[in-house]
Amino acid sequence: MNKIDARGLSCPEPVILTKKALAVSPEGLEILVDNETSKINVARFLKIAGYNVKIESRPNGEYSLSTVEK
Amino acid sequence: MKERKGIIIAGGLVGILAGLLVFFGNPPNMGFCIACFLRDIAGSLGLHRTDVVQYIRPEIIGLVLGAFLIALGKKEFSVKGGSSPFARFILGFIVMIGALVFLGCPLRMVLRLAGGDLNALLGLAGFTAGIFSGIYFLNRGFSLRRTYKLGKLEGFLFPAVNIGLLIFLLTTPAFLFFSIKGPGSLHAPLAIALSAGLLVGALAQRTRLCMVGGIRDLILFKDTYLITGFLAVFIFAALTNLFCGNFNLGFIDQPIAHNDGLWNFLGMTLVGFGSILLGGCPLRQLILSAEGNIDSVITVIGMLVGAAFAHNFGLAASAAGPTFNGKIAVLISFVVALLIAVMNIERETTDA
Repeated sequence: MNKIDARGLSCPEPVILTKKALAVSPEGLEILVDNETSKINVARFLKIAGYNVKIESRPNGEYSLSTVEK
Repeated sequence: MKERKGIIIAGGLVGILAGLLVFFGNPPNMGFCIACFLRDIAGSLGLHRTDVVQYIRPEIIGLVLGAFLIALGKKEFSVKGGSSPFARFILGFIVMIGALVFLGCPLRMVLRLAGGDLNALLGLAGFTAGIFSGIYFLNRGFSLRRTYKLGKLEGFLFPAVNIGLLIFLLTTPAFLFFSIKGPGSLHAPLAIALSAGLLVGALAQRTRLCMVGGIRDLILFKDTYLITGFLAVFIFAALTNLFCGNFNLGFIDQPIAHNDGLWNFLGMTLVGFGSILLGGCPLRQLILSAEGNIDSVITVIGMLVGAAFAHNFGLAASAAGPTFNGKIAVLISFVVALLIAVMNIERETTDA
C-alpha cells in the first residue's frame, strides 16, 4: 500500500497529499500525521472520497490512517 | 453529523456574541476583528501613534487564553515550529496591510455583511479571488515545509505574554496609550469582552473555525464543514444585529468602512491569498498560537508589526477611503506574496 508521511505539515497540505496520492493509487493508502486537526481533516476527506478509514494512535501524538475495504 | 452540529453551534455563538459586543459598546460591526484588535493593541503599546485606535482589546487575550486552556485540557497543546518562520512573519505583515486597506479581517468582513454593509460584498469577492489564486499554488506543491517539536516552555510564552497584556489592561500604566475618541475608545466592558473572547477561543479551538478554510475546503475538497461555520457566523450575527437595531443595509455611510470598491476588493484579495499560504485566517493563526504553534506566534507578531507600520506609514485606509501609500503597499505586497508562493513550490518527496 502507498504510504504518505504528512507529519509536520500544516493543513490543508496533508489532505492535498492524500488527494493526489489517491488519484495515483485509488486502491487505497496509509497516511501518517502528527496532530489532531490533520487526523480529522484527512479522515473526513477520505470519507467524502468514498473510503472507510481505520485510525491507529501511535506514540508522540501521531496517528496512522489507512483506507480499508468496504 | 455530530461534528456539523458543533461547528454550527460555534459559528452561531460567535455571530451572536459579536452582535452583543457591539450592543455592549464595541465599534459597529466590530464585535470581533482580529486585524483591528491587533492594530489597537499595537497602538496602545505605542508602536503606532494614531490616537483613535489605541486600546488593549480583551477579546484577543480571551481568545488566546480560552484556546490555550482547552487545548491543554484536551491534550492538544503541542509545541512546534520551524516551518519557514520569517516567510510567515512577512505574510502576516502582508495580510495585515490588506486587512487595513479593506478595514477588517475575514471575520469582520462577515460581520460587516451581517450588519448590512454591502461594501463587504466586494471584499468577499476579492477574498474568494485570493483564495482561488492561493489554491493554484497549493495544487502545484506550495509548502512552507515541515514543523519540528520544540520545548514546552516555548509554547507557554505566548499565553504568558497575553496574561501580561491583561495585567497592563487592569493596571493601565502611564506608558500605555488609550484612545479617548474614535473606534479605540469604543469597547464593551472588560469582563464581558474577556468572557466572550474566552468562550470563542475555546469554541474555535475545538471546531477549527477558520474563515479562509471554509471557501478553500469547499473548492479544493468539496468539503462543506468549515463553510458551515462561516455561514452560521453570518446568519446569527445578522439576526442579532436586526434584533439590536444595528442592521443598516447599503453602501454609503457604513461604520468604519469606505466605499472604494476596487480597493475593498484588492485589499481582501491580498488577505485571502496570504491566508491560504499561511494555512489559516488571522483568527485561526491566533488560536494556533495558543495551542503551541510557534510559527503562528511569529505570524501574529508579523500582523502586529504590520499594523504598526500601516499606521506609521499612512497605509491604513479610513472612512475617507484608501490612501495613496496604502495602494502602493498593497501592490508591493502582491509581488512579495507571489514570490514567496513561487519560491516555495516543492516537488513531491512524500513516499515514506
